[in-house]
Amino acid sequence: MNIHEYQAKQLLKQHGVAVPPGEPCKTVAEAKAAAEKIFAAGHTLAVIKSQIHAGGRGKGTFKHGFKGGVKLAKSVDEAVNFAENMLGQTLVTVQTGPEGRVVQTILVAAAEKILKEFYLAVLLDRANSRPLIMASTEGGVDIEEVAAHTPEKIIKEWVDPAVGIQPFQARKIASGLGLKGDAFNGAVKLIMGVYKTWWESDASMVEINPLAVVETPSGKEAIICVDAKIGLDDNALYRHADIQAMRDLAEESPLEIEASKFALNYIKLDGSIACLVNGAGLAMSTMDIIQHFGGMPANFLDVGGGASKDQVSAAFKIILSDPNVKAIFVNIFGGIMDCNVIATGIVEAVRETGLKLPLVVRLEGNNVAAGKATLDASGLTIISGDTMADAAKKVVAAVAA
Amino acid sequence: MSILVTPQTRLLVQGITGAFGARHAQLSIDYGTQVVAGVTPGKGGQIFEHRGVKVPIFDTVAEAVRETKATASAVFVPPPFAADAILEGVDARLDLVVAITEGIPVIDMIKVKRAMQGSTTRLIGPNCPGIVTPGEGKDSHGGCRIGIAPGYIHKRGNIGVVSRSGTLTYEAVFQLTSRGVGQSTCVGIGGDPVNGTSHLDVVQMFMADPDTHGIIMIGEIGGSAEEEAAEWIKAHGTKPVAGFIAGATAPPGRRMGHAGAIVSGGKGTAQAKFDAFRAAGIGVAATPSEMADTLLKMM
Repeated sequence: MNIHEYQAKQLLKQHGVAVPPGEPCKTVAEAKAAAEKIFAAGHTLAVIKSQIHAGGRGKGTFKHGFKGGVKLAKSVDEAVNFAENMLGQTLVTVQTGPEGRVVQTILVAAAEKILKEFYLAVLLDRANSRPLIMASTEGGVDIEEVAAHTPEKIIKEWVDPAVGIQPFQARKIASGLGLKGDAFNGAVKLIMGVYKTWWESDASMVEINPLAVVETPSGKEAIICVDAKIGLDDNALYRHADIQAMRDLAEESPLEIEASKFALNYIKLDGSIACLVNGAGLAMSTMDIIQHFGGMPANFLDVGGGASKDQVSAAFKIILSDPNVKAIFVNIFGGIMDCNVIATGIVEAVRETGLKLPLVVRLEGNNVAAGKATLDASGLTIISGDTMADAAKKVVAAVAA
Repeated sequence: MSILVTPQTRLLVQGITGAFGARHAQLSIDYGTQVVAGVTPGKGGQIFEHRGVKVPIFDTVAEAVRETKATASAVFVPPPFAADAILEGVDARLDLVVAITEGIPVIDMIKVKRAMQGSTTRLIGPNCPGIVTPGEGKDSHGGCRIGIAPGYIHKRGNIGVVSRSGTLTYEAVFQLTSRGVGQSTCVGIGGDPVNGTSHLDVVQMFMADPDTHGIIMIGEIGGSAEEEAAEWIKAHGTKPVAGFIAGATAPPGRRMGHAGAIVSGGKGTAQAKFDAFRAAGIGVAATPSEMADTLLKMM
């Protein structure tokens, strides 16, 4: 699960991490009040940030023509103007696709004078099953570029999960970033807090980019998280009611939300051949084989190992809600699951939905003869495939026809 | 021979009284596997009975091991309790713990891996279909089936299969059996980002097993376990290996069903894995329909 920047900063703050003072706002009036507070505290700039689950906000453009999903305001009036142009409007960035996302919330925060930018992240290192802290002096830029071209500029520190992060590790990182004095001490506390946020929230990733040394209104140096991104481990959400409450359904595809109600794993893609498959690996391979024979998959859909008739029926309705779909490919390897149950589910779903599109079915496994007989006896036009390859060729041909 | 388990392996099932665990304990008994004990805390003393086979249930794994000499366990315990169940098997010094459970939090598995350092127990999974060493009987009856794989599609023979995915493993096994080619052992290592046993671990076991003559290795997007195995095969491989990687068409940044199947930060792409396979002389199946044929052509 992903959360908004302002929610990520709330979690960080709970773990003692310094973030710029600011508030999430859903109305222009709230934005005005938040901006007034910031300027009253002596800050000379406020930043107004669109809250959507996609990157590239700063360089994005709203559909009504307003440029920039992140803006710096020098006055309350300017902040209000930006809020009016962002709230309720659709922001298109390189990551949203052409349809964009509606901005429901903006973050209005103090924009302190940035003296130096850094990068900091905590993630799982899959190669050794340990948490990895990554930091770099190259902040505010694409870290993948840094990793590709100047890997020596990335500091890595692995945490032993038996004892957790040790302060010396945070000191090593702060020293590696070239920090001194107050900024060094601030960074040590901040790095410890960012790591604890990752561990205690069951995050999959915490990324602070940029982390920055700033000059506060009183003229002191401080180190704070200017931007923050947190991804959570879905498997652990059951033990974090507070984080579950941060889920923003408006940021998710309606079809994916519907699928999750039936314990179906559905991801919408851009092609024209819908797939209904059991098992994640087989579902991915089904997409791959469609493309191999010249077609484009419309979705990933794993109905799981013990799919019921109801699930098959729900799956059909979901894939048919996608207007791009021109044909359906059902690929089931029923090892334990009864192929006849699946076949019955398919027949019922086809009748219920009045399916007019070509349907190619490849059934294999337990009780497959009865399953195929059920499909034949239905009187429906169902194209049968013997192997995955045979069925994939047939469904690609059906779309081309 | 085979790797990891033989038809004589004495199996205990953790979570034997749950619907999922019970169903698959029954299927393993039907397959001829030696299911010698069940563990469900609070139900010790009861009997799990199926087709005349009486399996005693214990409150703890330690007790089950002491009483029945079980050496391997299948974990069918729900996600919040699965890490504890795995470590209970480790504590009881089982040779093998196979965690079927899907949905264990990553941090729980990070702790389990750390706690298992120095232990002699091997963990397979989690989020995996398990292991099958086929038997000599009809439809490979009499083999050792730990987990949820369909036993009947197997055939006793000399090909090792290792995969992160369940149904894709069945697909490969079915292709082999349909061509009259049997398997030594089939291992599903699971689709999670933190797992007990890697492709490389299993490939090394197959290379050392005199009865395994060829290997099918199936991977998917995410991580770099397939690349590590390929690198080792390039330097030390002595038997033909063919493989497939699922997820070439998966969009970056999305988890494709399995928690570990994600391309993030440009890492873990199918292309990088296929390239590593080719560089190591591993036969690459152009489609998943050709996994068996690709290997058989090399043998």
